[in-house]
Amino acid sequence: MNKNVTVQVCMGTGGMAAGGAEVLAAFESLMKEKDIPAEFRRECSLHKVGCRGLCAKDVLVDIIVDGTRTTYQYIKPDMVQRIIDEHITGGNPVAEWQVADDYHKFHEKQVKVVLSDCGTIDPEDIDSYRGAEGYQAIRKVFTSMSPEEVIEVMKKSGLRGRGGAGFPTGVKWEACRKASGDQKYIICNADEGDPGAFMDRAVIEGNPHAVIEGMVIGAYAIGASKGYVYIRAEYPLAVERLTIAIKAARECGFLGENIFDTGFAFDIKIKLGAGAFVCGEETALIASIEGQRGMPRAKPPFPVHNGLWGRPTVINNVETLANIPYIIKRGPEWFSAYGTEKSKGTKVFALTGKVKNTGLIEVPMGITLREIIYDIGGGIENNKKLKAVQTGGPSGGCITDEMLDINVDYESLARVGSIVGSGGMIVLDEDDCMVNVAKYFLNFTRDESCGKCVPCRIGTKRLLEILDRITKGLGREGDIELLEKLSGDIKSASLCGLGQTAPNPVLSTIKYFREEYEAHIREKKCPSKACRDLLTYSILKDFCVGCGACMRACPAAAITGEKKKPHTINDEACIKCGSCFDVCKFKAVNRE
Amino acid sequence: MMMKITIDGKSIEVPQGTTVLEAARMLDIAIPTLCHHPKLTPFGGCRLCIVEIKGIPRPVTSCTTPASEGMEVTTSTPRIKDLRKTVLELILSDHPNDCMVCERAGDCTLQEMAYAYGIRENRFAGERRIYTKRDGNPFLERDMEKCILCGRCVKVCDEVQGVGAIDFTYRGFQSKICPPYEEDLDCEFCGQCVAVCPTGALAGKMWSHKGRQKGVREVDTICSYCGTGCNITLHVKGNEVIRVTSREDTWNEGWLCVKGRFGYQFINNPDRLAKPLIKRDGKFEEASWDETLEYVGKRLNEIKASHGPDAIGGLSSARCTNEENYAFQKMLRAGVGTNNVDHCARL
Ligand SMILES: Cc1cc2nc3c(=O)[nH]c(=O)nc-3n(C[C@H](O)[C@H](O)[C@H](O)COP(=O)(O)O)c2cc1C
Ligand code: SF4
Ligand code: SF4
Ligand code: SF4
Ligand code: SF4
Ligand code: SF4
Ligand code: FES
Ligand code: FES
Repeated sequence: MNKNVTVQVCMGTGGMAAGGAEVLAAFESLMKEKDIPAEFRRECSLHKVGCRGLCAKDVLVDIIVDGTRTTYQYIKPDMVQRIIDEHITGGNPVAEWQVADDYHKFHEKQVKVVLSDCGTIDPEDIDSYRGAEGYQAIRKVFTSMSPEEVIEVMKKSGLRGRGGAGFPTGVKWEACRKASGDQKYIICNADEGDPGAFMDRAVIEGNPHAVIEGMVIGAYAIGASKGYVYIRAEYPLAVERLTIAIKAARECGFLGENIFDTGFAFDIKIKLGAGAFVCGEETALIASIEGQRGMPRAKPPFPVHNGLWGRPTVINNVETLANIPYIIKRGPEWFSAYGTEKSKGTKVFALTGKVKNTGLIEVPMGITLREIIYDIGGGIENNKKLKAVQTGGPSGGCITDEMLDINVDYESLARVGSIVGSGGMIVLDEDDCMVNVAKYFLNFTRDESCGKCVPCRIGTKRLLEILDRITKGLGREGDIELLEKLSGDIKSASLCGLGQTAPNPVLSTIKYFREEYEAHIREKKCPSKACRDLLTYSILKDFCVGCGACMRACPAAAITGEKKKPHTINDEACIKCGSCFDVCKFKAVNRE
Repeated sequence: MMMKITIDGKSIEVPQGTTVLEAARMLDIAIPTLCHHPKLTPFGGCRLCIVEIKGIPRPVTSCTTPASEGMEVTTSTPRIKDLRKTVLELILSDHPNDCMVCERAGDCTLQEMAYAYGIRENRFAGERRIYTKRDGNPFLERDMEKCILCGRCVKVCDEVQGVGAIDFTYRGFQSKICPPYEEDLDCEFCGQCVAVCPTGALAGKMWSHKGRQKGVREVDTICSYCGTGCNITLHVKGNEVIRVTSREDTWNEGWLCVKGRFGYQFINNPDRLAKPLIKRDGKFEEASWDETLEYVGKRLNEIKASHGPDAIGGLSSARCTNEENYAFQKMLRAGVGTNNVDHCARL
């Protein structure tokens, strides 16, 4: 029998969806059955962990035997027996189920700060976090630092807000500390409404205590006695783990009336959001906590002076807060050693789209986009050609394949008309139509605009209508200019960040892919062959063998032809579904 | 603390908390607004009041921006005018443009803005909101297709009336002002919301097709329903009262209750008593005021002489003012000599 065994089963949202709970249960019962002392934590432990980024390979299971880690992928409950027998008992890892090279390459260039304990600690066990030096940062803060010193460290570290705008966290804290008011608040923004983003969810699910610890440090620095975590109700697992974590932190005295016997009181409440993107905007978020409709208001006054219930309030993003304990523990110099001159530390991105390895990644600021896509992401799927990378979600823009050596940091991305934003990164290939990409985001912002101000409420709708007609072949000469004009006006005249950035996907795609727009409008063609209404299907006589496969596949009965003779497509009946194109083995269906 | 602010080259000192818009109005500089209302908290939704402030790259809304020391504001530049035009075109692209038959035509801020900015063509024409269901409440016509979501009705109902009967619902282009669950409005029907609505989205149901401005006289008077005595303005066409409003520069600030605002139709009723009646030989006959008052005085004296003062009692009305009620009890106590005085509000 081995001396020391740890089994870690991924139970992030991806792991749970793939059956993580069942895998964990299988380990539990079989290890008990085999009398492997699961209860003796020091020698043998079995626990859940949060997301480690490559959810596509879930359920991921780590077996650590005497310090040697083996990672298994795609584990199902019926595979557990063999792992126990051969690996844990027998000492020979099951080679064929282990992760392959791509898993290791995926992690090689990543630098994990925020996610450093995600995927190794048990998010539902405070002792697991404490075992990884958890809550050492607040010990240090409460026993040896003044609030001003904490703020100084934050300023020195160069940490900037990860919620989108990149505002220096130390400066924000200082402004709130100096604001007059007997009651102050700190709010953790866990609304995360960008489509496709799941960075903050993964942090809370994987390491909720780091967020709590960051909030306590922030509260101490600004002098807040109450905190809120504003989290969307669509994140039930994150809410559950956070609830457990807050309770445990309270029981250990890290939250409550008299933290570290300093007389400092601070506690945290969870406020569930109903899934409106705009409620991530800080003034709308405050209104929502106050029980009002989530609509932004004009700034100034800024929340640091006039926030929740009219009191000075700091709002920080989940990832911002989760960085803080590590900065305190390891020092601002350690943190600022990562990154570029003005963008320090690391950033978590949700890498999605047409790359081989989609998932959650944490990289040092300033890494090149090429490294992210080709080294971490493993390149483009199906050997297609990369066209562009969309960053920053509905507020962001595109970076073309020619600009791949750009450094990923706040300044560099802004220079080319995109943003780091909260960390969405969508890889687009030659099959993606850029007008369609813009349409996708505008569809989102049209629906998510709060409705308060005219340029955003009606303007995004009009932008979408123009984009829509372009993709349907109804675009008119002058539409591109009209899009540009309206986009500019919406940006200038809208009240909040949502409207002020909503036209970015339109402007950025026009800037770099104007000829695609022109092809849609003038030639009524979609160069990427993505816009259904602009496609025509026809059968190439010289290739068609008359097998009839297309005829059988066509749901609109638009194809006719005799056996063994070339078939024809009736253009009027064709609904452009592409079934014939997909089904023809002889490449006889032409799509243009 | 006073701050000095310069707007279009003119300077003024204003107290802290004054908005740029308020300061501009003190200087008689006109800035177009739709969602702003001086009695309500700033909203910042229509974006028409944007101005340029030196040192701030983005245009800001003057209705929400507090003046600060040394601020230099320009209220109208080609860029600002152009943005306002875009905003107006966007609003009108989602508007029925129904002025021909709209109850508020001629008294509609949106119409006035479109006129001022000469909006005829619309570059942004597109789908607009269509609502077919009519609100079944008895007083308020709510045509939400004409609503520009300025939020004034929501604020007045909450901040002035303290009722909160309506609010924004839905998001984005589908946003809409509604009572809870989009049911028919069931509120105090004070009509404060109608009074502040800058468009024809809200109107009195009984105003319908009675007349707009042409041939309508406005007669200022006092509401006779209660002792509060609100200032009201009767809109009279021919000899018919077709609408009641209230001016904002009076002590009741333009606010009324349901009776004062919508309870006017009795005035036009042919059965309404316009002269006193005296019953003679079992039949009511019209009489003059002089004759009637003389008759009342005579009968009171006769009854007092034959049966004593306590045979007489007086009931006064909540529709009278304090002063009137005082005079009435004085007449009974000192004049008639009885303490039999009461008042309908006690019942
Ligand atoms: C429309 C809109 C949505 C936003 N959504 C989020 C969000 O989901 N999470 C977040 O942290 N910040 C979001 N923000 C940014 C916040 O307003 C705010 O700047 C941020 O939470 C501040 O935290 P930080 O300084 O730590 O980044 C959003 C902003 C806008 C305009
Ligand atoms: S910009 Fe959009 S989301 Fe922001 S206040 Fe205006 S309507 Fe609401
Ligand atoms: S609300 Fe105003 S602009 Fe609209 S139809 Fe009526 S009068 Fe015309
Ligand atoms: S009539 Fe009065 S109570 Fe009713 S919605 Fe309007 S303001 Fe509110
Ligand atoms: S009904 Fe009138 S007052 Fe209310 S939001 Fe609409 S336009 Fe404004
Ligand atoms: S009845 Fe209403 S409107 Fe008339 S005076 Fe009294 S409160 Fe004012
Ligand atoms: S949830 Fe398992 S790796 Fe992301
Ligand atoms: S009046 Fe200022 S935004 Fe409407």
